[in-house]
Amino acid sequence: MRTPDLFRFNLRLLTGQWFRTLMTLLATAVGVAAVLLLTGMGEGARRFVLDEFNLLGNDVLIILPGRKETTGGLPPLTGEGTRDLTLDDAEALLRLPGVRTVAPLVVGLTEVEANGRNRELVVVGTSIELFRMRQLNAAQGQLLPVLPLERAEPVCVIGAEVRRSLFAQQPVLGRWLRTGDRRCRVIGVLEDRGVSLGTDMSEAVIIPVASAQQLFNTQGLFRLFVQVQHLDLIEPLKPSILDLIQSRHQGERDITLITQDSLLGVFDDVLQLLTLAVGAIAAISLVVAGILIMNITLISVSQRTSEIGLLKALGASERQVHRLFLSEALMMTLIGATLGVLTGYALLWGGHWLWPQFPVSVPLWALLGAVLLAIGVALVFAWLPARKAARLPPVLALKGMTDAQH
Amino acid sequence: MIRLQQLCKCYQLGDEPVQALDHVDLEIGAGEYLSVMGPSGSGKSTLLNMLGLLDTPDSGRYWLDDIEVSALGEEARAAERSRRIGFVFQAYHLIERLSARENIELPLVLTGNAPDERRARVDELLQRLGLDRHADHLPNQLSGGQRQRVAIARAVIRKPALLLADEPTGNLDSHSGQGVIELLEELNGEGITLVMVTHDPAMGKRARRRLWMQDGKLIKDEQDAHA
Ligand SMILES: Nc1ncnc2c1ncn2[C@@H]1O[C@H](COP(=O)(O)OP(=O)(O)O)[C@@H](O)[C@H]1O
Ligand SMILES: [Mg+2]
Repeated sequence: MRTPDLFRFNLRLLTGQWFRTLMTLLATAVGVAAVLLLTGMGEGARRFVLDEFNLLGNDVLIILPGRKETTGGLPPLTGEGTRDLTLDDAEALLRLPGVRTVAPLVVGLTEVEANGRNRELVVVGTSIELFRMRQLNAAQGQLLPVLPLERAEPVCVIGAEVRRSLFAQQPVLGRWLRTGDRRCRVIGVLEDRGVSLGTDMSEAVIIPVASAQQLFNTQGLFRLFVQVQHLDLIEPLKPSILDLIQSRHQGERDITLITQDSLLGVFDDVLQLLTLAVGAIAAISLVVAGILIMNITLISVSQRTSEIGLLKALGASERQVHRLFLSEALMMTLIGATLGVLTGYALLWGGHWLWPQFPVSVPLWALLGAVLLAIGVALVFAWLPARKAARLPPVLALKGMTDAQH
Repeated sequence: MIRLQQLCKCYQLGDEPVQALDHVDLEIGAGEYLSVMGPSGSGKSTLLNMLGLLDTPDSGRYWLDDIEVSALGEEARAAERSRRIGFVFQAYHLIERLSARENIELPLVLTGNAPDERRARVDELLQRLGLDRHADHLPNQLSGGQRQRVAIARAVIRKPALLLADEPTGNLDSHSGQGVIELLEELNGEGITLVMVTHDPAMGKRARRRLWMQDGKLIKDEQDAHA
């Protein structure tokens, strides 16, 4: 039988029973679309997070106060004995050969008042270096001034969202804000990078680190970012940093060093696993579609018993009858899968259109996997009914009997 | 052309065995016109199905054109059916979703003939059977006589040597039945071997050779002297 003939023969069958066909197409399409949609969203989330965290650059080391024990040793004494990470530590680190810049970070929540409005906002204390590391630019005015780290100044840079919520459309440069019990003058507004995960600056008020320490009445830093002069220096610098801190903290190595890569690696692994899991769940719906296909093929076989007998009387071989029924299921699946791919992409692009920040991309493995799984499921589930049809003795089939009775 | 030797077939009806064919010996020459008559349940259809390789005997041997087809496997039998045998059934067995033309060309589709070649052969047959106006009609738009003509066209489209008809007029009124019989006889006149099962003695008498069956046995084999 020629392929175009087979195609036409099957098409006649499928259009002849359009309701049955529609239901199967729907089941397959939903299964394929679900796989694409869920993995597409998972992959989107992964890229989104990676993009966000990548802003820091991979030549940056992150120092956290306190040690996270990962390799045996004494049990960590939570909090106790942990010394603050201080601005003096930051300055000592800056003098370490191979270090380009150091940016301190103090973060706290406080009442911010301006223009007669009150908001509970994140206040970030840092230096100009952080803006450079994160490639943050000012949309208006300037970033923090270049100051010695321990100099407090009554100035601030505000995020785009803060500007909107406190000042609406009014001019802001030179206006005064009250953060907690002190006042500061707005000297700049950050450019709006839209929604962002991680350390979100658009809803923060950024002040010099020393001002923030006074505001929150602390000596300790929340984080220290160390940018090295060259990527290759990251690994050799780790022990030097630990040694330096140890010598400054009375022999305690009470910090944790994280690289951008290791952080991303963890995220990447988790998110990839999530995408995989979500894709697998969606794949179950494809198996359900497969069971539907099996039922339909079974029904098709029993409804068409005398037709099978006829085909055999006309000289069709077992192989031909088998192929006829398999190809019917396969064709239905292919059409369904195509519809599913189209629907899945349409929905993803629709989502992207509504929320442009969210990257849309279906991993190739998910696309191929979904289509191949649909085909595989159809073949596996149609195989038995098709074989049953093929093995029917012609004389019994002509009489419309599906079970051989000897 | 056909030689049956001690052919037996036993069916189990409930827990009672039925001897549908009981040691049948038969020889049929090429171009013969046979009718098979006998009471209902005497084994006529079973015999025809055996001849048409649709059924397998329990014992005995069957030669078709010097090939011992009783020794062949199912796939080889399918090939022989396709090459040598045409079937006409009482119930037409047309595929309802296919047009008259598509039903007729089905054997050619199954063997993978090219569409152009198929079209030419189907057109020729349609014309000859007076069905050209009905080529694109579905079976349910045709009368019984027309349906049986379509079925006959389908049976002979591959020019088989043997045409088997199981009560081809059983579902037809006498007028269209007459037409169908005449068509079959015309085909026989062109050389095809025709074996026709019928329970109508008037129809059966038209054949040059007449078989009677009872309880699975051939009880009478009558041949016109001037054949
Ligand atoms: N598939 C079958 N299973 C059981 N019994 C059958 C089957 N086919 C035919 N028979 C029996 O075999 C006998 C002969 O049947 P058949 O050849 O159809 O007779 P006829 O065509 O002469 O009426 C009948 O008794 C019938 O009941
Ligand atoms: Mg019968």
